[in-house]
Amino acid sequence: MTNTPAKQGEFYQRDRRWHPPAYDKDYKTSVARSPKLSLISLENTPSEITGPRFGHGDLTPIDNDLLSNYAQPDQSPIGERIIVHGRVLDENARPVPNTLVEIWQANASGRYRHKKDTYLGAIDPNFGGCGRTMTDENGYYYFRTVKPGAYPWRNWVNDWRPAHIHVSVFGSGFAQRLITQLYFEGDPLVKTCPIVATIPDPDAIEQLIAKLDMNATIPLDTIAYKFDIVLRGRRSTLFENRLEGN
Amino acid sequence: MPQTLEYLKETPSQTAGPYVHIGLAPGAAGFQIYDQELGQDIAGPNAKGERIRVEGLVIDGTGSPVKDVLLEVWQANADGIYPHPEHAGHDTVEEGFRGWGRVITNFETGEWAFDTVKPGGLMGRNGQMMAPHINLWIVARGINVGLNTRLYFDDEAEANAADPVINVVEWEKRRETLIAKRSERDGQTVYRFDIRLQGDGETVFFDI
Repeated sequence: MTNTPAKQGEFYQRDRRWHPPAYDKDYKTSVARSPKLSLISLENTPSEITGPRFGHGDLTPIDNDLLSNYAQPDQSPIGERIIVHGRVLDENARPVPNTLVEIWQANASGRYRHKKDTYLGAIDPNFGGCGRTMTDENGYYYFRTVKPGAYPWRNWVNDWRPAHIHVSVFGSGFAQRLITQLYFEGDPLVKTCPIVATIPDPDAIEQLIAKLDMNATIPLDTIAYKFDIVLRGRRSTLFENRLEGN
Repeated sequence: MPQTLEYLKETPSQTAGPYVHIGLAPGAAGFQIYDQELGQDIAGPNAKGERIRVEGLVIDGTGSPVKDVLLEVWQANADGIYPHPEHAGHDTVEEGFRGWGRVITNFETGEWAFDTVKPGGLMGRNGQMMAPHINLWIVARGINVGLNTRLYFDDEAEANAADPVINVVEWEKRRETLIAKRSERDGQTVYRFDIRLQGDGETVFFDI
């Protein structure tokens, strides 16, 4: 029990009205996969406050470089070379350090390297489409990748997903676990996508749109987008000590 | 000028989609990319306690198995301790015990299974013991926010009856949805735990 960081307290209640509801008739797959009965509200126990921890030993250094982590030697994926960078913060704007961030995406033609994806777009022999990294001590992370392509999907007959990157973040406790998607500034398909539209509040949708960040581009090399991720906040002391938090 | 609290808002959830495996379990997507896939060994070789297999289906509102789901499990060790610095006694957890795993369905049948050790009970809130349980998180295409539930064990009837979380479920009939059924097959302990997303026998999901 030595050298452990100061104990932190319970997580704030998740604002379910900010998140998509389980049932959305226009995102058709949700219709049969949404619970009809209410969620049962729990107060945090150690099961929710603790969570898996990862170390740099779980990853290799190029795991966050999708330009090279599946490419043949001296080759690169096809597509617009981008950097995605940002911070993982909590609702108190405190950084979430040393947490695992994983991403996956289609290639530049909108095709996933998945044995179940049958879209006409071409497979890129130099692109796997997944990456992972740990945030640093200040919550910063970055990936290099290619900008994913839009692709059609069977929802309405003519629905197209905007270019997007799936993002999975662990946080410091099981209750902070989050999967979301990053969209790109200026993409006209964001406004037509039924999955984006599951989010009720336009401001919440804006939170998922990565901004072009010319200051972080590498001239003659890579365009950058900035995407900050916010996980649930938590009170500063454990409930056994101070029920009132602070 | 109005006062403001100036908290940030949590990033909104989006569905993990049908290709969640690419990111979280690329071997299941059909390609090898990492030296080490995460979440493949929950208990590790040194874990004490009873070795068990847990298996089941995730079933949608039409009664069909969900074939593209990914589950994450999180559990204490046989002594009821999580391997996390905020849990007292964490430094006694066996080397190699992560307590966390990723579980993939068979794409053709929807059946999933994982091997682990049976966890011990542990202290919950207000000095109340929680019965042994495994925490589950379910993501898939069509699930807009990951679903949290708990798996309890049917051979722990007394502990389950006193469990403060099970008892929060007002409808006693619904509590059964959290209980895995024990059996034995080829000398191995198997617990069956089918998860119903919707409709008759809908599993209890928690807002944690």
